[in-house]
Amino acid sequence: MRAAPTTRGRPRLYRSYEQELALLDTPAKRRWTAALLVAAVLAAGVLPDDLAFLLATACVAAIGAIGLNLVTGYAGQVSLGHAFFLGLGAYTAAVLGGPPGGRVAGLGLPMLVWLPAAGAVAGLAGLAVSPIAFRLRGLYLAAVTLGLVFIGEHVFGEAHRLTGGAGVGRAAPAPELFGVRFDRPVRLLGVTLGRPQALYLLGLGLLVPMAVAARNLARSQVGRAFAAVRDRDLAAAATGISLRRYKALAFTISSAYAGVAGALLASMVGFIEPGSFDLSLSVQYIAMILIGGVATISGSLLGAAFVVLLPRLVQELPRFLPFVTGAQTGGFLTTAQLEQIIYGSLIVVFLVFEPRGLYGIWTRARNYFTEWPFSY
Amino acid sequence: MTRFVQSCVAGLGQGCIYALLALGFAIVLKATGVLSLAQPGLMALGAWFVVYFATIVDLPFLLAVTLAVVLTAVAGLVIERVAIRPLVGEPVFAVAILTIGVDLVLRIIVNDLIGSDVRPVGDPWGLKTVRLAGVVVQQRYLAMLATTAVVVVLLAAFFRRTRLGLAMRATARDQEVAMAQGVPVGRIFACAWALAGALAALAGLFIGAGSGIDQQSALVALKAIPALVLGGFDSVLGAVVGGLAVGLVEGWSSTYQAQYAAFLGHNFSQVVPWLVMFVVLLVRPAGLFGTAEVKRV
Repeated sequence: MRAAPTTRGRPRLYRSYEQELALLDTPAKRRWTAALLVAAVLAAGVLPDDLAFLLATACVAAIGAIGLNLVTGYAGQVSLGHAFFLGLGAYTAAVLGGPPGGRVAGLGLPMLVWLPAAGAVAGLAGLAVSPIAFRLRGLYLAAVTLGLVFIGEHVFGEAHRLTGGAGVGRAAPAPELFGVRFDRPVRLLGVTLGRPQALYLLGLGLLVPMAVAARNLARSQVGRAFAAVRDRDLAAAATGISLRRYKALAFTISSAYAGVAGALLASMVGFIEPGSFDLSLSVQYIAMILIGGVATISGSLLGAAFVVLLPRLVQELPRFLPFVTGAQTGGFLTTAQLEQIIYGSLIVVFLVFEPRGLYGIWTRARNYFTEWPFSY
Repeated sequence: MTRFVQSCVAGLGQGCIYALLALGFAIVLKATGVLSLAQPGLMALGAWFVVYFATIVDLPFLLAVTLAVVLTAVAGLVIERVAIRPLVGEPVFAVAILTIGVDLVLRIIVNDLIGSDVRPVGDPWGLKTVRLAGVVVQQRYLAMLATTAVVVVLLAAFFRRTRLGLAMRATARDQEVAMAQGVPVGRIFACAWALAGALAALAGLFIGAGSGIDQQSALVALKAIPALVLGGFDSVLGAVVGGLAVGLVEGWSSTYQAQYAAFLGHNFSQVVPWLVMFVVLLVRPAGLFGTAEVKRV
């Protein structure tokens, strides 16, 4: 994080290794990041309710997407099992934070306990799965993690005492931190914020440290080991990187991020149903990192925001496209179906035309302007 | 004893569906190196074609099935040409994810066509039974077993005896060398997808036999993946054996689990294939018939 001195007018002249590795390596990045952060916080005061809630969800989804990007983008271990870890986090939170003595199990613990615990339980599950990941790679691993989703769905659906059972579900614990209920209007520094805006601030407040931590991990020795494992596992092992250790580490951290995201998502929505942790949720997260940008943290944020906001954009479409109907049935396509088709086609379009995702588009645009008037 | 034999027949019948699908997976994987997750979508499409020709257009059943198989094979060709071919040379993971996208689109289209009802496929077997050596078994399972046996024999003959089959095997061994020998590798890819489509259509027909198809039917196709992994991913024989084995275990668990292990919950048999896959992978990472990866550090 240390802001190394730069030569005036030559921001990209690096004179030390630390400078080369700095999180924010140019003055422009430092200024813009600070400005974006301030804008994001101030936005809580002006955002309309529905948009604020969507952005709150996007912040939390971004935490999950960062987790998936760590294991799939950075360490190259394809995981289709992200939904399972999200679910695990959500139910750990629900069991620990839920009110005791009800229809379903609950211990009534505060958020300071259930949120880290959700991450820990999911992380441990990731650790438990990693031996299989050590023995397999590529498509085998994808197939196996696919199995996790189905087994998870069954377990969540059948453990009635913990999850309420399939089709019934249970309430999620309320997000309450340091005596502040974020699911109610909050009075902060003399400004009263509505429920969606409060949730948005909570999501943002948790996303920023977790994103910085992930970015920090990615530039460290661990991050370089991940990249080595991804690019050529045998070569990595030959240079002394323990595959067993780093694959286990990648899965553990990724699942822990997923656990936290699952717990927060459940808590924001207020209700969890076992059926929601299915394969399409995993695919949604894969879409986030593919659309946003593989092996980039800012790409995960962009991708999560895009995927979460997409349904809202699609809802506007019936006004412009006569063959799309806003109702549940009738017409040629409903908005829900159109949304799915758009996901599918977007994944295809990004893979074919811009494998580096939105982040790649951004780098190209940025380079065009920084190099202007030269084209290289 | 009767119950055991019945569960075996039902399991093997179900296993045939998995075997047909796993064959499609394995052929595409072997020829192109890509795990095609579009198989559920193709299967649903094939099933819909059967429904359309057999019950809506009202053609004779066999003709309807033939048309469905051919049309689904064509759909496979089109998908390969439009979505897969531009990505030749890209990382296999990218292509696998892309097939998920294709699958999404296919399934939405088919689900829209199917609607919210259960559609009978117009098969002649229904839930009719026949008495075989004192045991009552459903005709549809026998039809599945017979058809799968014929398909497997035909496929084996195709791979061993025809020029195209030889070219496919050569491509599977090494694409570049095959190309250097004059094999049109692109056309082989298309062929593999067409075969996968045809097999998926047959599987779709059998999924619908007796019970009909609805919007959820396509999900069954994913259970061919444990079958494929069990058999060893790139082995055609393994796909068949894996499919039958998974079906058999599923048949047994759906018959006996509720009685002897009720604590595992309803529909436990639905996840048994995945559990079997996990156990096999821990013991034999290359599956039963797969080529073990040579790896030394």
